[in-house]
Amino acid sequence: MHVSENRQRTMSNESRDGQQRENKLSTRPLDTEMPMPVSDLKIEYTKIFMNNEWHDSCCGRRIPVYNPATGELLCEVEEGDKEDIDKAVKCARQAFQLGSPWRRMDASERGRLLCKLADLVERDRQILATLEAIDSGKLFLVAYFVDLVGTIKTLRYYGGWADKIQGKTIPVDGEYFTFTRHEPIGVCGQIIPWNFPLLMFAWKIAPALCCGNTVIIKPAEQTPLTALHMASLIKEAGFPPGVVNIVPGYGPTAGHAIAQHMDIDKVAFTGSTDVGKIIKKAAGNSNLKRVTLELGGKNPNIVFADSDLEHAVEQAHHGLFFNQGQCCLAGSRVFVEEPIYDDFVLKSVERAKKRVLGNPLVPGVDQGPQIDKKHFDKILELIESGRREGAKLECGGGAWGQKGFFIQPTVFSDVTDDMRIAKEEIFGPVQQIMKFSSIEEVIRRANNTHYGLAAGVFTNDINKALTISAALQAGTVWVNCYNAMSSQCPFGGFKMSGNGREMGEYGLQEYTEIKTVTIKIPQKNS
Amino acid sequence: MCVNLAMNHFLPFSIFINNEWQNSVSGKVFPVYNPSNGEKICEVQEADKADVDKAVQAARLAFSLGSVWRTMDASERGRLLSRLADLVERDRTYLATLESLDSGKPFLSAFYVDLLGTIKTLRYFAGWADKIHGITIPMDGDYFSFTRNEPIGVCGQIIPWNFPLLMTAWKLAPALCCGNTVVLKPAEQTPLSCLYMGSLIKEAGFPPGVVNILPGFGPTAGAAIASHMGIDKVAFTGSTEVGKLIQEAAGRSNLKRVTLELGGKNPNIIFADADLDIAVEQAHQGVFFNNGQCCTSGSRVYVEEPIYEEFVRRSVERTKRRVVGSPFDPTTEQGPQVMTGQQNRVLEFIQSGINEGARLECGGKALGLKGFFIEPTIFSNVSDDMRIAKEEIFGPVQQIMKFKTIEEVIERANNSDYGLTAGVFTKDINKAMTVSTAMQAGTVWINCYNALSSQCPFGGFKMSGNGREMGEYGLREYSETKTITVKLLEKNS
Repeated sequence: MHVSENRQRTMSNESRDGQQRENKLSTRPLDTEMPMPVSDLKIEYTKIFMNNEWHDSCCGRRIPVYNPATGELLCEVEEGDKEDIDKAVKCARQAFQLGSPWRRMDASERGRLLCKLADLVERDRQILATLEAIDSGKLFLVAYFVDLVGTIKTLRYYGGWADKIQGKTIPVDGEYFTFTRHEPIGVCGQIIPWNFPLLMFAWKIAPALCCGNTVIIKPAEQTPLTALHMASLIKEAGFPPGVVNIVPGYGPTAGHAIAQHMDIDKVAFTGSTDVGKIIKKAAGNSNLKRVTLELGGKNPNIVFADSDLEHAVEQAHHGLFFNQGQCCLAGSRVFVEEPIYDDFVLKSVERAKKRVLGNPLVPGVDQGPQIDKKHFDKILELIESGRREGAKLECGGGAWGQKGFFIQPTVFSDVTDDMRIAKEEIFGPVQQIMKFSSIEEVIRRANNTHYGLAAGVFTNDINKALTISAALQAGTVWVNCYNAMSSQCPFGGFKMSGNGREMGEYGLQEYTEIKTVTIKIPQKNS
Repeated sequence: MCVNLAMNHFLPFSIFINNEWQNSVSGKVFPVYNPSNGEKICEVQEADKADVDKAVQAARLAFSLGSVWRTMDASERGRLLSRLADLVERDRTYLATLESLDSGKPFLSAFYVDLLGTIKTLRYFAGWADKIHGITIPMDGDYFSFTRNEPIGVCGQIIPWNFPLLMTAWKLAPALCCGNTVVLKPAEQTPLSCLYMGSLIKEAGFPPGVVNILPGFGPTAGAAIASHMGIDKVAFTGSTEVGKLIQEAAGRSNLKRVTLELGGKNPNIIFADADLDIAVEQAHQGVFFNNGQCCTSGSRVYVEEPIYEEFVRRSVERTKRRVVGSPFDPTTEQGPQVMTGQQNRVLEFIQSGINEGARLECGGKALGLKGFFIEPTIFSNVSDDMRIAKEEIFGPVQQIMKFKTIEEVIERANNSDYGLTAGVFTKDINKAMTVSTAMQAGTVWINCYNALSSQCPFGGFKMSGNGREMGEYGLREYSETKTITVKLLEKNS
């Protein structure tokens, strides 16, 4: 989601009709009302959430939660392991029984609950944005205007789908009446990452609950805080006990327990391709649970000579550096057509140098810290490999500041496709710019990867736009924009960037089990 | 009464155009009556052709490319509809009171049925707004082809007096959801709840010109809408007689798209194996609900011979217990008919039933000195050729007839120009499947009656109407599909 784009659009709407502003979810700061983080925020929720109650962990261990901007310990949360997952599955299974309040509820009422939850998130927007910023290192204003808006809109979008999930009646051969029921799958395990903790929480629970499933969700160990606050809102909204269960924990223990569980009907995972493979294996190894995966990307962003250069530079810049470069969508291979290559590099470096690092809670900052030491080290290692393998370091290239895990915005040019920085997902503020000559060449090079999540194309030529968007092996292709996402659009990966689609109507399919019912009738009539 | 109504709530008695309240161009007003005592409630500005012209101009402007309404996110249209639902919920008691006063329906019924249905309908279509998808299509040749499901444009909507507020929601919600702008004419007998909605529409934040409300009469304002050259679609709910006029006018003028929800003479078929208590109660509510003033009214109750006598006996006993009284009395089940003309019409039908030889089991007369009340009435031994068996009475009069076989009752049930709804009561799965397939009716209920919900399409076969309202199907009637085909250099699947 692009903050600058939102600002432009809202501005032009406002000039047409100021009355609209009051009722719209505000997507830009009004001059007199810059939202501020909550000062001395109390972290209220640190336990495991099951059956609408708070529980200590079975193993007695706790997870320390750090602020990546300062390195300080924020709090400890209860650590869930296999036993806690077992307990949670029991709660979720119970809530899913035929005849339970959740199963017997009108579909439209499930939708109402999701809408109520959206209202509560809107009410607690400032608290959640503050929690998100101190837990994940993302900028408070970005959390407030992007993550929170996305969360609220996703909940409302799926709130609207609940009573519109329709089966069919079918003109079957023979004296039968046949129809399909689109049933919930059952108990769904959901494992989410640390780069968009709250937004990913909404992306997972909204379609699952919309379709009538019950859920066990494991937030990333680095970023459990907003998920646990959501637990309190889920209870307040009125979801029956056991419908949503939240178990903070580590991947190899709690995450693995979910992937392997014999009584979980489906697992959904967003994270690295490496772990995605483990999850899929575990699913096959256990009970053939349905699997959806949203994994990594090494996304090509292709800029043609006939594009609007300023616009392309800006979009490519945000397309890579947004969220400290920690996006599966990061446009980390920028292919620029030869005639404009030098100019593009110059302008991109100039733009990157303007990027301000600092405290995520303070306005005027563009970039916060990376999430933790492990990722910080990995990024620096990849930067080093870029130097070693002969790419030209245009700016940045190292750590920044005394505290926290900050890395300077870094740009490499003269990158060739065989370099590690051109092949591996860096997940940091490092932009690779490469040169191309022809359309056939760039299509081939862009597709030459096991990943296939997103791609961008900048051109004013209609034929190039249509040809490239058809040719790229990517789940989402952007033309003359980047990171333009909205809950109505399906999102997911080709190849090893994932399996299945989230969001949009397509997202419902992944949370539905189809049953065909065929009834004998005395005589058929069309 | 006027003063009480207006207290704490802004209730306008004028025409709503461009989010502003205006007097009629002609200066004329018309009276609005309380059917439970015949007294005048207030006077309302009367819209005629000149006002319709103004409204169409406003609606057309609000619909132009680049307007606030046209450039709004679809999800934001949905948010506005949700907001409107919230405001209706906030003012639920007031609206139910207004509705009851204006139409004569019992207050508790208005509160629990009409208001709930209104809120749910608005929320249901709010959810659809950003889910109206076109498709991309694998066409032959080197082309990329896709459809846009666009709003049609300016929609004229004419609604009846039997469910004034609910019909306002049924019309506005899908139209606005799909991005249209609207010129809405409530019935002259019952304009008040619709006018109040105007103030809520403005409060919710709909841009000016998107919804325009014109109280007025059929032959003037209604006819102006149906034949307007600047209106792209007309939707009408009312009698079959007027529906025909509307369709004619549409053909004569600019071929505007037409949807019609008209009358019904709906069969309710009770088999001997049905649960008798449930069937009696459902058939009773099915015909007497809303003082018999429902297009869905199950006014031909076909009962299988073996249980016929017992069914009649229990129905009569139930009907004698039906409490008729003031709509504001919480024990009241049945209020007055909407106006004196309707009351006379129903009494005339009752007389024809007596004249043609049906057996009057109970009721049959007007009730009370003030207001337009009629005793709940049952005829048995009704044969299919009687007027009460063929024509829509729209009053609290139940016809019970006898049948022997399934083939016979299917034939008799279908033997009508109407085809809105039907009911079947049986425990046998084969009878249920066979009859529901065979009925020429837009909605068939099995072991229930009047089970309506915003998710389900509703509309008539034959002369009960054209098109469907509600459910996903309802969106089609408010969309215009555009196919866009772009030349490609080379196709790849």
